[in-house]
Amino acid sequence: MPFIPHTPEDVQAMLDAIGVTDVAELFDEIPPALRWSRVEGVPPGASEMAIARLMRERAARDGDDLCFLGAGAYEHHIPAAVWEIATRGEFYSAYTPYQAEASQGTLQLIYEYQSMMTALMGMDVSNASLYDGASALAEAALMALRLHRGGDVRRIWMPAAVHPHYRETVRTIVEGQGIALIEVPYDSVTGRTPAAALDDLPDAAALVIPQPNFFGRLEEVDALTDAARARGALVIAVVNPLAMAVLKPPGAWGAAGGADIACGDGQPLGIPLAGGGPYYGFLCCRSEHVRQMPGRIVGRTVDRDGRTGYTLTLQPREQHIRRAKATSNICTNQGLMVTTSTIHMALLGAEGLARAARSSHARAAALAGQLAALPGVSLRFVGPFFHEFVLTLPRPVAPVLTSLADVGILGGYDLSAAYPELGHALLVCATETRSAADLARYTAALATILGDDA
Amino acid sequence: MEKATAQVRASVSPPLIFEQGRPGRRAMAQAPSVVEPWEDLPAHLRRNAPPALPEVSEMQVVRHYTRLSQRNFSIDTQFYPLGSCTMKYNPRACNTLAMLPGFLNRHPLAPAARGQGFLACLYELQEILQAVTGMQAVSLTPMAGAQGELAGMAMIRAYHRARGDLARTEVLVPNAAHGTNPATAVMCGFQVREIPTDASGDVDFAALEAALGPRTAAIMLTNPSTLGVFERRIGEIAERVHAAGGLLYYDGANLNAILGQVRPGDMGFDVVHVNLHKTFATPHGGGGPGAGAVGVGERLRPFLPIPYVLKEGERYRWAERADCPQSIGRLSAFMGNAGVLLRAYVYARLLGAEGMARVGTYATLSANYLLARLREMGFEPAYPERRASHEFTLTLKGLTARTGVTALDVAKRLLDYDFHAPTVYFPQLVPECLLIEPTETESKQDLDRFVAAMAAILVEAQEAPERLREAPHHLPVRRLDEVRAAREPDLRWQAPIDSLA
Repeated sequence: MPFIPHTPEDVQAMLDAIGVTDVAELFDEIPPALRWSRVEGVPPGASEMAIARLMRERAARDGDDLCFLGAGAYEHHIPAAVWEIATRGEFYSAYTPYQAEASQGTLQLIYEYQSMMTALMGMDVSNASLYDGASALAEAALMALRLHRGGDVRRIWMPAAVHPHYRETVRTIVEGQGIALIEVPYDSVTGRTPAAALDDLPDAAALVIPQPNFFGRLEEVDALTDAARARGALVIAVVNPLAMAVLKPPGAWGAAGGADIACGDGQPLGIPLAGGGPYYGFLCCRSEHVRQMPGRIVGRTVDRDGRTGYTLTLQPREQHIRRAKATSNICTNQGLMVTTSTIHMALLGAEGLARAARSSHARAAALAGQLAALPGVSLRFVGPFFHEFVLTLPRPVAPVLTSLADVGILGGYDLSAAYPELGHALLVCATETRSAADLARYTAALATILGDDA
Repeated sequence: MEKATAQVRASVSPPLIFEQGRPGRRAMAQAPSVVEPWEDLPAHLRRNAPPALPEVSEMQVVRHYTRLSQRNFSIDTQFYPLGSCTMKYNPRACNTLAMLPGFLNRHPLAPAARGQGFLACLYELQEILQAVTGMQAVSLTPMAGAQGELAGMAMIRAYHRARGDLARTEVLVPNAAHGTNPATAVMCGFQVREIPTDASGDVDFAALEAALGPRTAAIMLTNPSTLGVFERRIGEIAERVHAAGGLLYYDGANLNAILGQVRPGDMGFDVVHVNLHKTFATPHGGGGPGAGAVGVGERLRPFLPIPYVLKEGERYRWAERADCPQSIGRLSAFMGNAGVLLRAYVYARLLGAEGMARVGTYATLSANYLLARLREMGFEPAYPERRASHEFTLTLKGLTARTGVTALDVAKRLLDYDFHAPTVYFPQLVPECLLIEPTETESKQDLDRFVAAMAAILVEAQEAPERLREAPHHLPVRRLDEVRAAREPDLRWQAPIDSLA
């Protein structure tokens, strides 16, 4: 029996010890009418060899396309050592470190993770992770409402230049509590969120500031932070953590003290694309806000003999203690992904991360130049961007993407559904993993496809 | 006499990775070899000083994190009878096959045509979960049990609102429930009404009937309950709740007990979540990632969270908003914890129909055996008249009264014997509670070793209680000063002042 070690002799001895003659007797408290006579609708069991073959065939069918898609998930080089260590059984098959003495490895690692993430964000405190960037933004919004001094303001300023899937996730999660998301428009020339746009909007508990935003544009984070503060609102940064190796971190935004909360998706730090997950959400805040923070937090302390040790701390915020009064319902988070990211950040260091970020920008800038030189193709926005940019094509995007996929290229993200006002707009990404030859291949393919209908 | 056998031994905590570095030493072999220009980056958007990250070599990193891993208990190294967490063996094939390059390199927004293999796995997993839960449709997107709960309660809210039934603002939750249940109900805008438990461990039926009414939106139940017993009157409960206009939410935390034996759909539940990291053996990863797929009956089908997978002819595609305009919406940026779903799929195919039936059977056999043996040794079950499900509760209140030794002391001493501790002090209504879940993947011989350790600890409790109060003695650290950790929070490493000069 796969994964079940009981021999017939074991089973008999166990039944004898219990004092029953048949295993079925152990289910005698379940009303017989409810018993399922036979498992139906599930295929018969198969060997590891057979399933391995099936999975290899299916993985192969998914192909190995040249990827210029970003839109919230980015292909970066992950050193081999990262996953070699992260999938060690002692990390992979442990659980939440409830028994601190038997979990010092995971606990010290999370403490190191919190140290790295706060350093990268320029913030005081980090939790031990949330599910993903979108749900982390929802938790940040709920946290900001708890912190806001205005009391009854149940509104969040949410820029249209935030990832549409993030906005929808936040809506799903906060809707039940009667919280409204007030859309902040973007500037049609720069693709940025103008601080002046807040002037026309009703007060809110917090402003969400993306950096870079969904279009890849660099927001004027200082002006936005100061404008939000002037209206008595908190500031929630939602950022690409890799970009923070080069860009001004949320803790330094604005004239006074930086953002209140910084969150985002940790995927660019050592997590493969993997069809969408598992990734992890990070959440950092200023120290005065820590008691409203959701999720696990690890602290350093000492044991009875005065030796350094690590433990889960500030737990009265959490559901297993506070139940209906907890800061969030979150229990399990994304521990293994944090393990991965911590090893990744330790391997690359500040300089390695900065190089990956700068190379990504350089590749994207080079690609933008090449593609915008094609007839009928132009850059939609002006001004600085990170590693993504918006192109305007001379005709509808969807069929162009299909033609590119036919030659093994994922050409980018079609913006026409989420942003119809942008016309034939395509969001394109390049990271350090794209070589000059890759860029040339994309440019040539797009030229051919667009040329075909010229 | 010293019987401790801990494999994870006492040793000084390794220095933090930050403290092992030297300025200018870098692991950058794996970073781009050149520093590329970024000419148009405005000065006011630029970072002034690099973040204080470690400056270490690749070998230092590998050695440091390998050593940290050795300071953990895990399923791969210890028996881990943590009640309510289903710490069963995580088959290695599931990891290997989910990490095939074709799956790992697939961008989440790649067109469905470029991911038919991946989508086929998810579609079939939806069907398998639908079958074993007895529901009508499944969405795999929730990223953990608690997010599955949120999806379920948000669907219940949407259902009542769609009918114009706005008065249903209350959710009933038994007092033995996981803390996530009441916390979730509140996140979805409901008020929580707690229902007591009767002396035999079932929901107090009279109290339940008294609480039902036009304000009842739903009841959240775990069955078998967190007390490790099957809720015997579930049929009547479902009848009464439905008659009152409410719906039933099934918390799948304990599905392992009944997998292949009883289906939540047949018990009358309208929505369930399945913790794939428990019942379907995906790794717990030191605290996640999990996956909390939700299944629903006909009434809640229109409200399922997106995306989920549809099959049209031989082609698979995502169901998006246009397919289900009443959906509660997205719960993640992409497709939940896709890699966890692939692992669960491989596990489900390896087990198959007959393997699923075995899970519930052997999990129940092992729990009842362990209960019988511990009882024989003098431990007191919290519900002595009841069968164990896949787990059971002991109360140490008698031992505590006699010796002063608490459930926490016994838990800590077990670590010295190289066993992970059971869940302690949960459910809160059982005094000095140990919640023990052996799972089907432990052998009788390992269960017997655990019984022997518990018996030895019982003797120690009477003869040398201070040894238990001081335990653990042989782990990397002894009991930690948690008061200090909370009062003087030290939550990150900070560069010493002189190194900044």
